[in-house]
Amino acid sequence: MAYLELKNVHKWFGNFHVLKNINEQVDKGEVLVICGPSGSGKSTLIRCINRLEEIDKGEILFKNKSIHAKDVNINQLRADIGIVFQQFNLYPHLTVLQNITLAPIKVRKMSKDEAETIALKLLERVGIKEQAHKYPAELSGGQQQRVAIARALAMKPKVMLFDEPTSALDPEMINEVLNVMKDLAKDGMTMLCVTHEMGFAKEVADRVIFMDQGEIIERGTPEHFFTNPTHERTKAFLKEIL
Amino acid sequence: MHWDIVWNNLGYFLIGPYPNGPLGGLAMSILLAIGGIFGAFWLGLAIGLMRLSQKVWFKYPAIVYIEIIRGTPLLMVIFWFYFLAPILLGKPLPEATSALISFIVFTSAYIAEIVRAGVQSLPRGQMEAARSTGLTHFQAMRYVILPQALRNMIPSFVNQFVSLTKDTSLAYIIGVNELTRAATQVNNRTLIAPTEIFLTIAVLYFIVCYVLTSISRRLEKHLARYQARGR
Ligand SMILES: Nc1ncnc2c1ncn2[C@@H]1O[C@H](COP(=O)(O)OP(=O)(O)OP(=O)(O)O)[C@@H](O)[C@H]1O
Ligand SMILES: [Mg+2]
Repeated sequence: MAYLELKNVHKWFGNFHVLKNINEQVDKGEVLVICGPSGSGKSTLIRCINRLEEIDKGEILFKNKSIHAKDVNINQLRADIGIVFQQFNLYPHLTVLQNITLAPIKVRKMSKDEAETIALKLLERVGIKEQAHKYPAELSGGQQQRVAIARALAMKPKVMLFDEPTSALDPEMINEVLNVMKDLAKDGMTMLCVTHEMGFAKEVADRVIFMDQGEIIERGTPEHFFTNPTHERTKAFLKEIL
Repeated sequence: MHWDIVWNNLGYFLIGPYPNGPLGGLAMSILLAIGGIFGAFWLGLAIGLMRLSQKVWFKYPAIVYIEIIRGTPLLMVIFWFYFLAPILLGKPLPEATSALISFIVFTSAYIAEIVRAGVQSLPRGQMEAARSTGLTHFQAMRYVILPQALRNMIPSFVNQFVSLTKDTSLAYIIGVNELTRAATQVNNRTLIAPTEIFLTIAVLYFIVCYVLTSISRRLEKHLARYQARGR
């Protein structure tokens, strides 16, 4: 049974039809990679899943329950669905540790000690424990993005969304972030990743979907996707990025 | 020249008839300015946040409030409040209180705009990141947005404080015994030294504002350093 399910999802920005009849199911522990050209609606799609954007038609189910149901607490929903952004969006006025513990303390009502213990464990897991008391501006891009991942993980999310987490990074830092994501995938996290890192997709994705102009036009296993895509636009896209 | 008149009345300019009578003069001006900016900060913060809200019953009253007050001379606000208060409250307010409330109301509209601009100048990703971890809108404002935005706004607040310090002279019109009125009283009594008296008053206003501006400049430098680290 699907853990996360999108049914006939449509969204418009004014007159612009940005998501067109999206149907997709993600099982628990599955890693889905979403790719497609710029402007195809990838970010919008994953932002709808934690309701940073609202859909106009259709339904999104998380654990068989509509995320738009009246009795859904949107803040609890968001706490269960972590997101990592392209631009990191760390809080510049707080230390790394404070960045990570803010939401656990305020939303999960953890004690400061408990939250800090968890935060330090997560920092160790992403390999930057020694940076805990620095400010974001003192870290490299790759380190900042790993802090952002730790910040999302601190809420113990059930699903993690990634929106091009490595595309703002210098090439030499991409791998340190991808490695963290691969570990996460191998640990059984349910993940939806917008990324053009095909190495990552080949290694850990269970399925790849390709979006163009608001539609999913190709879907399949990584092998299928990279070796014999059926759609012309997918072929053209792959030729460009590989 | 009659600088002796200024010299003999300097105490009166600075603190009014105090301690033999109510506090007045420059001390009253400064008290009005401090009370005014303090009250206006909290009122302006509230109205600025309402202005930023998506909810129409917060947003539109805030817009109306801000626009009306920004389109009204401070003198009119002082007058209106002075004549309206007895009708609304059933009894007249002391002049100084009436003036103070007028300053708070007037300045809060400008503070509200400073707050709005300060919040909007932060990258949208800050609010999104905070909301995406499950913080409520209020929590995100309180812990993520405002600490950053308010820090950027401090120079604007100080500017507003300097303006208000000068504008306290308008309380003269409803009989508050602040610096300008103290000067006028002495001038009316002595008649022969208006130049000296008003020159002294101008210098006093200048000194206060200059001190404030210098503090502001130093603060700005300090904050610039802080930001370079924080960003
Ligand atoms: N808030 C918005 N208002 C209006 N149009 C928007 C808004 N956000 C996105 N769009 C438009 O919707 C389309 C899809 O945007 P989206 O960010 O989802 O694309 P994307 O696939 O993530 O692209 P990229 O690879 O460049 O990140 C774009 O044409 C974009 O201009
Ligand atoms: Mg995008």
